[in-house]
Amino acid sequence: MAQVVPNTLKGFGVTLKQVFKKPLTQQYPEYKHPVYPRFRGRHRLHVHANGLEKCVGCSLCAAACPSDCIRVVAAENTPENRVSAGERYARIYEINLSRCIFCGYCELACPFDAITLGNDFEISEYNRDDLIYDKEMLLKEPVKKVPVADRSLYDTPIPYYRSHS
Amino acid sequence: MTHPKETWWVALIEVGVIINLVMVAFAYTTWLERKVLGRMQRRFGPNRAGPFGLLQPIADLVKLIRKESFFPASAHEIPYILAPILSTFTALAAFAVIPWGKGWTVHGYYIPGVVSNLPISLILIFALGSIGIYGYIVGGWASDSKYAILGSMRTCAQLVSYEVSLALSVLGVVLMGQSLNLVDIVDKQQTTVWFFIPQFVGLCVFLLGGIAETSRPPFDLPEADTELVAGYHTEYSGMRWGLFQMAEYINMIVLSSLAVTLFFGGWHFPWVPSLDKFGPIWFCLKLAILVNAFIWLRASQPRLRYDQLMRFGWKILLPAATINALVTALLVVWVK
Repeated sequence: MAQVVPNTLKGFGVTLKQVFKKPLTQQYPEYKHPVYPRFRGRHRLHVHANGLEKCVGCSLCAAACPSDCIRVVAAENTPENRVSAGERYARIYEINLSRCIFCGYCELACPFDAITLGNDFEISEYNRDDLIYDKEMLLKEPVKKVPVADRSLYDTPIPYYRSHS
Repeated sequence: MTHPKETWWVALIEVGVIINLVMVAFAYTTWLERKVLGRMQRRFGPNRAGPFGLLQPIADLVKLIRKESFFPASAHEIPYILAPILSTFTALAAFAVIPWGKGWTVHGYYIPGVVSNLPISLILIFALGSIGIYGYIVGGWASDSKYAILGSMRTCAQLVSYEVSLALSVLGVVLMGQSLNLVDIVDKQQTTVWFFIPQFVGLCVFLLGGIAETSRPPFDLPEADTELVAGYHTEYSGMRWGLFQMAEYINMIVLSSLAVTLFFGGWHFPWVPSLDKFGPIWFCLKLAILVNAFIWLRASQPRLRYDQLMRFGWKILLPAATINALVTALLVVWVK
């Protein structure tokens, strides 16, 4: 019982001490904390050095996707219209990012490393339709980029698709 | 110099000014609370709306007014709507009798330092506080929800228990001030000594009881954000909820101003009588210090358990207040 008053006063001291310290909050839109190098964010579709798309429209990514958010419609490459390096190419390639859970299975399933998950997470929109990314959007550089932490800080292997492409 | 005129419309203008000032004070108390709590928890608090988040209360108000006022289908309509209005009204009305200055003569008109100089103003404040409890009880009951009624029962039990000690704790001040009029009590303190020195026990009981009376942490059992739904205002939303919140904060301001008036010399400045003409400034300063102490307390202490709350109220505060009143009475008689 005798400890009640000193302990109560001690509590006041603890809170008062914090007032003079700098807040720990990171002010998000002004300061973007660098994401982990292997952070899984918005998808990218890749092209070969000669400009041909890597995707051959095999739909393995769509088959691997647990939330069923990828839609691929393939078409044959012709000598006049060669889009990809393979026999076929993806005429339609859509990812519904409102359903995507960013598990990265599409990346693992892809035999040509055509799709990878980037680092960008600022992909919210006011309209659900805007979250369906088509092939052109996925091929382009992302509009909003987030800082990525220096890879050398982390003991993380470089994925095969990054080192061999 | 002619005798200054006293007119009824001066009081009316004062009422308008005071109500608006209290509303602004309420709005910025919420801002201050969030800011100070934030800093004590090493956060920034609101800092997006305007410089230092100063427009945050206005943004909150706009949001609350625009929000849909959800109305439970089985609620009893008239009491449901009247309950928050009643609570806010009593909280605001209590400010009519709190003196904040000496009074000035402007162009031959006398502007008193208090809206209404009643001979029993202290009793009026306690009476209004008790009526305000009806707002909480009726609001919880009229929502027709089990959580709301349980919350209002808790509120009711707590407020009734602590009101006894609160009223007893000011008895010492009344005995020393020889008056129930707040203006007289303030003047008496200036001629003798601020009452927080002889009435230190009374001040402690008053502040503890007052925190419980306004259901502020650590006595916020009626709301208990972490364990209950929300107490009596579970079924309220939009500006009706805002009114309850407003009543709570204004009650806190009323209580702090009452503590300033009864124990800290009201609007007087110590030792320098010539500075008394700036009464409202000293009053606001003292008030701000007390309100900050309330916020500091919220940041520092954990909430009491319900049985601890009741035990503290009845077994510690009430005897302390009673003994304090008795000893003061004996001393006042003996000194005479």
